[in-house]
Amino acid sequence: MKKMLSNPDFWRGAASIAVFLILWEIGSRSKQWMAPEFFSPFKELLGAMGFKKDYLPWVGAVPAPSAVLQSWIGVLGDAGYWQSWYMSFFRVMGGFVTAMIVGIPFGLMLAVSRVSHGIAFPVFEVLRPIPPLAWVPASIIFWPTQESAIIFITFLGAFYTIVINVLGGARSIDVRYFQAAQSMGSSRWDMFRRIVLPGTLPSIVVGSAVGMGITWEVVVAAEMISGGGSQIGGTSGGGLGFFIWNSYIGGSYEQIVVGMISIGIAGYASSEMLRWLGRYATPWLKTR
Amino acid sequence: MNRGHIVIDDVVKVYDPQGAAVLAVDHCSLEIEPGEICMIVGPSGCGKTTLLNAIAGFHEITSGRIVMDGEVLCSTEKPKSVPGPDRIVVFQNGALFPWKSNLENVIFGPVVQGKLARKDAIDKARAMLADAGLAGVERNYPGEVSSGMRRRVEIVRALMNDPKALLLDEPYRALDSLTKSVMHEALLEIYYKNKVTIFFITHDLEEAIFLGHRVAIMTTRPCKPKKILNVDIAHPRDYGVLTSKRFRELIEETNDAVHEEALKAFQAGEKEG
Repeated sequence: MKKMLSNPDFWRGAASIAVFLILWEIGSRSKQWMAPEFFSPFKELLGAMGFKKDYLPWVGAVPAPSAVLQSWIGVLGDAGYWQSWYMSFFRVMGGFVTAMIVGIPFGLMLAVSRVSHGIAFPVFEVLRPIPPLAWVPASIIFWPTQESAIIFITFLGAFYTIVINVLGGARSIDVRYFQAAQSMGSSRWDMFRRIVLPGTLPSIVVGSAVGMGITWEVVVAAEMISGGGSQIGGTSGGGLGFFIWNSYIGGSYEQIVVGMISIGIAGYASSEMLRWLGRYATPWLKTR
Repeated sequence: MNRGHIVIDDVVKVYDPQGAAVLAVDHCSLEIEPGEICMIVGPSGCGKTTLLNAIAGFHEITSGRIVMDGEVLCSTEKPKSVPGPDRIVVFQNGALFPWKSNLENVIFGPVVQGKLARKDAIDKARAMLADAGLAGVERNYPGEVSSGMRRRVEIVRALMNDPKALLLDEPYRALDSLTKSVMHEALLEIYYKNKVTIFFITHDLEEAIFLGHRVAIMTTRPCKPKKILNVDIAHPRDYGVLTSKRFRELIEETNDAVHEEALKAFQAGEKEG
């Protein structure tokens, strides 16, 4: 803690967040200070550029951070808000862990076996460019519950990235390591266990970190589109994505921002946890 | 001492025989005595690594044969030898596994072969590392120690397999000349304790004459012995040899041959590596 306080980077970060919040506050309040006439030249200008004159984009339309904070304090005691956190985390972790369990062995199989690469890779490559969100209708039809549909979509978000990273990582292991292991009498299984697996670990860590980011992007959109599995816990059981959508429908604009920042924090916490696990799994890399 | 007798007999290697048909090794014959340090000198890209890969079993030969201690490793009929712990390669850029500690690297061979129990392997590795002055780096990862240390750990890892021959492929190429001279003495010290046949590839003539019993100067691609020099300086040697009169004479005797091939390689535009 003491170390953190004496680190200039910490203070730079704190100052940057503070300045951002102050500018945002000023921007949001600008509408109160400025007379509507003040904006009229801009409206004329926009009109000349071919836009509609009756709407001027202005940061004043976004709720101020002070109002957001107030609204946030309001929902902190609300079980529905925490239920949203829980639901989104549950879906992200469900999709992500499944993607690791399926994706890592699959990627390794593609890397190690030429036959399975030949059979499975073309199909994989055709499916990969399909964005997870394009799967929403199909998976709602296919999966028995909306919950499983959402988890499936988050799974897809992480799966492709993890597979591609594992495959690339396993393939870029220096051939010298295989030659050295071979000349020291390793069997094929030894080579896999002692060379391929640890050699791929750094790529697994990178792939997971990227995959985790994508899962958060995907889960929120899936919750919004599918109505958040609202039959589970009413409007409050829909996760953070549905929390935002619901706030928008209900006209509570401060809560929209509360939901957005909550996702930011949740994503950051997940990545930080993965980075920690990654450092733990690949201790030899810290020396580079 | 009669292990590690290697006979390279009329070996030819053609890369891409159906297409570009690059002749890398041309009817090369060379006999390496048991326990000899045989230095192979030639310009970069001359095909000497091809020869090493053929002995190690990483690449096929086109024709000829390589025999070690009466056992045919590879021949025209069986172009690729099976890599094994009797011939261990120490690579140009090093091949210690970065994810294993130095100690774990050193015990790798005996443990995967099931020759030693893990505990016995650790005991033996500790003793050998200590013997090579490396006791302090057991727990470190290879990435945490200097490149000179890494090379020594790698040689210890090779010797743990009790090989008949060590195949060294320009192991000190990336080191600065001061570290190099330290490494040379360290290698000789290890060699005096473990008289093993050493097949050592380099493009550094001084290194070759300092270390070797014999120095084979190779022609540039296609590769075959151009001149074989007997280094009549008695072992054990130390760095004092470098300033001796005989050492200088031997350099003078061979310098022209090496330079001639280097010039040919340069004019042919051979890629380094």
